[in-house]
Amino acid sequence: MPSRSLHLKSHPNAKRPAPFRPRGESTLAKAPTGIPGLDAITGGGLPRGRPTLVCGAAGCGKTLLAMEFLVRGVLESGESGVFMAFEETPDELSQNVRSLGFDVDALAARGMIFVDHVQVDPREIEETGDYDLEGLFIRLGSAIEAVGAKRVVLDTLEVLFASFRNEGILRGELRRLFRWLKDRGVTAIITAERGDGTLTRHGLEEYVSDCVILLDHRVVDQIASRRLRIVKYRGSSHGTNEYPFLISEDGIEVLPITSVGLDHPAPTQRLSTGVPALDQMLGGRGLFRGSTVLVSGTAGSGKSSLAAQMAEAACQRGERCLYLAFEESRAQILRNMRSIGLDLDLWVRKDLLRFESARPTLLGMEAHLTRIYRLVRDFAPPFVVVDPITNLSSAGSDLAARGMLMRVIDFLKSRQVTVLLTSLTMGGSAPETTDAHISSLVDTWILLRQVELGGERGRGIYILKSRGMAHSHQIREFHLTGEGIHLTEVHLGAEGVPAGSARELDMARSRKLETSASKKPASPAPRRRGSRTRKKDRR
Amino acid sequence: MKKDKAISREKAVETGAAPDLDRWNLRLYVAGQTPRSLTALANLKRFCEEHLAGRYTVEVIDLLENPHLARGDQILAIPTLVRQLPSPIRKIIGDLSNTERVIVGLDVGTRA
Repeated sequence: MPSRSLHLKSHPNAKRPAPFRPRGESTLAKAPTGIPGLDAITGGGLPRGRPTLVCGAAGCGKTLLAMEFLVRGVLESGESGVFMAFEETPDELSQNVRSLGFDVDALAARGMIFVDHVQVDPREIEETGDYDLEGLFIRLGSAIEAVGAKRVVLDTLEVLFASFRNEGILRGELRRLFRWLKDRGVTAIITAERGDGTLTRHGLEEYVSDCVILLDHRVVDQIASRRLRIVKYRGSSHGTNEYPFLISEDGIEVLPITSVGLDHPAPTQRLSTGVPALDQMLGGRGLFRGSTVLVSGTAGSGKSSLAAQMAEAACQRGERCLYLAFEESRAQILRNMRSIGLDLDLWVRKDLLRFESARPTLLGMEAHLTRIYRLVRDFAPPFVVVDPITNLSSAGSDLAARGMLMRVIDFLKSRQVTVLLTSLTMGGSAPETTDAHISSLVDTWILLRQVELGGERGRGIYILKSRGMAHSHQIREFHLTGEGIHLTEVHLGAEGVPAGSARELDMARSRKLETSASKKPASPAPRRRGSRTRKKDRR
Repeated sequence: MKKDKAISREKAVETGAAPDLDRWNLRLYVAGQTPRSLTALANLKRFCEEHLAGRYTVEVIDLLENPHLARGDQILAIPTLVRQLPSPIRKIIGDLSNTERVIVGLDVGTRA
């Protein structure tokens, strides 16, 4: 009977329910690497007392990662280590990592790190029968004993494949080596070159099966970026994504550090934009603290001016503000904003406002990311301006730019930082498109557009979306005046919202023709001032 | 693996009136008294008597007793035979059971 056999089959499974493991991972002891970010995505570090395979193509940072693991092991965990180098001499090694601030020589002198250079030259070796690699075991064993090592790095064992022709013996010995390392209880990193279509050229992943980390250094459109991925981690959950990482002057840093889930708080406090009429449009009370605001528009529509106005408002509240400028220098922004009556220099002197200018192409995507993380951590601003995000994709692909912005936004949100992004809309494309396609990431989207009517150009502003508030749906005309940004009162004409002279004409016409005007026109003083400024702008 | 006094640091010096140019200094690295080490030593002695009689020195080094020598002399495989003289230094690994390869490895043919 089929139904009965089904029952019989399912029965043993029902008797043995899968053991539930709490998230705390108390089952597997881990050795923290001390590398920022890596411990976060591995849930505490590498498997303690077991070998970990770090593989990747040439120049992707395997040796550095391994060395940092040893050095931080000494400095942060008090565990001494052995570095067995098959390719580089101890001098080369210590020179290479000195640029990252690691003084291996000093640690070696203190007897905390033992660097052993294994030199094998296949040309001088003839094989004349049966042998084993006991010499390697003796060397490693005496080195481990010499410093009482808890951590071991073998960089890289694959050199042996070029030296010993008898692969059967070699593979047997490697299997014995990894068993031996486990028996000794040392936490080991074994590096290996990436093979063609395989993780390692000589299939080392066959022997090291507890934890495999893949490093990648790719160049897309002349921009290099580094990525790290945990391919497997037996007995432990881990982040499965590719994470960008950076080799900076402080060593390796894996990103992101936070951004694991969408669990950031949602403050209800509202902030003024510095433009009272715009606050009115945003449900009457302005932006939410910690929200992500996008200001997009065509060239010359006043994005940077609006950003500067909001930065000014933040500084006036006594909040620190970080202005990340990707197109203009600090001096240029200060000068230009003086023309609309914003003296940002005042806040710079008070160290409330900090400018950071850099071309997007100056650094790779993850370098930008790290820079932003550092600045935000050091300066701790409640308000951040990124002006503009448009060119960020020139530091990588669109996808990378989007991923980076997502990380920045997540990072800032988790710290309840309000962030203002400006984005240039290309001529000809729909105003609702953004360069990095981040519209779904933003909470409030303010659109600026040029309005051409009756031989004049004016500036229009409207709110495309604003999560969590009843915002205005009107297109308002706005002016950049010598005293900042002003929004004119709405005048509803027969043909929509006329702007500039057309509005004044239309208003005059409606006053004349209709005895009962639906809305009182705005006070004449700012209107005239506004139109004067417009004429000035055009010159 | 047990340490073996019989073969460790044993020097089997054959005397002969050979000139310095044709002096063979050989070093055999082993790790304890394993069957493979003993085989290698027996093979080596037989080989030397056949091809280098009267002009060779063999030094046996047990790495279990002198682990630091594994580092100093860059020894990985066991057993390893190192030709110290005549220079340049040459290394051959294995139990020396393949005499043809030993001849090639030590470069005996052209000099003997």
